[in-house]
Amino acid sequence: MSVQEGLAGRTFDPTPPQEVSRADVARFAAAVGDVDPVHVDVAVARERGHRDLPAPPTFPIVVAFDALQRLLADPSVGIELRNVVHVEQRFEYTRPVYAGDVLTATLTVESVRAAAGTDLIGNRIEITDGDGAHVCTARASLAHKAPASAA
Amino acid sequence: MTAGAKALQPGAELPTQRYQLTRASLVAYAGASGDQNPIHWSDRVATAVGLPGVVAHGMLTMALGGRALTTWAGDPGRVLEYGVRFTRPVVVPDDDDGVEVTVDGVVGEVSDGRARIDLTVTSAGTKVLGQARASVAVDA
Repeated sequence: MSVQEGLAGRTFDPTPPQEVSRADVARFAAAVGDVDPVHVDVAVARERGHRDLPAPPTFPIVVAFDALQRLLADPSVGIELRNVVHVEQRFEYTRPVYAGDVLTATLTVESVRAAAGTDLIGNRIEITDGDGAHVCTARASLAHKAPASAA
Repeated sequence: MTAGAKALQPGAELPTQRYQLTRASLVAYAGASGDQNPIHWSDRVATAVGLPGVVAHGMLTMALGGRALTTWAGDPGRVLEYGVRFTRPVVVPDDDDGVEVTVDGVVGEVSDGRARIDLTVTSAGTKVLGQARASVAVDA
């Protein structure tokens, strides 16, 4: 079975607000091997013009991932998680994520294209802070391969 | 703001960045990102879905490109756009050395205080990301 007809254009409920701690930023930077002290030392961050510890550029995937989970877990959509491959990821930043941010991610399915038994699903995920101001737009393309037999 | 940003002139080749990924890197990334898909830690599951073995999270490979970008640009706040396609998996062997991921960059068009950077990310002699491009803020 292919994904739900009319999925394109659908916007899902925003994720619950998620607070980003200094420990979250430092742990993510360490996990990607980023040793720039700006991610762990508030004095360095402020010296460089940041209001708190800035996260590395791909950190917004953490909240974008929560939004994607809602799409994947929604039984009305018809996606089977094990058949999904992440094929493309892009970020457009208004500003870096900072420790202390309370972030919400809202996913809209922008496009669904079917080709050779695979649905290519283009998603736009808007990430906003506690004031509702834009932080980052994450665009994630997922390939969903339909099972060989229509079950 | 930084010496790095001033080096971002059109056509400039940015210094190659070399990063090592081991199984320990994948465990740390799974914890920090929340992506606990077993293909990134279990050879049994990875081979069952047709992979040669445990592979790095695509987002971890993308993060290494991001690390190169912020190194070149001088600060994470300078990265305005960044995108990649995940074209080949990075297989990470279960040994102490793991695998090397190399990131090269070339500066493209520079205008309106923005420089385009085209990244080439390779591992084991193969390009692992496609259309890896970023836009970073540069000093006027």
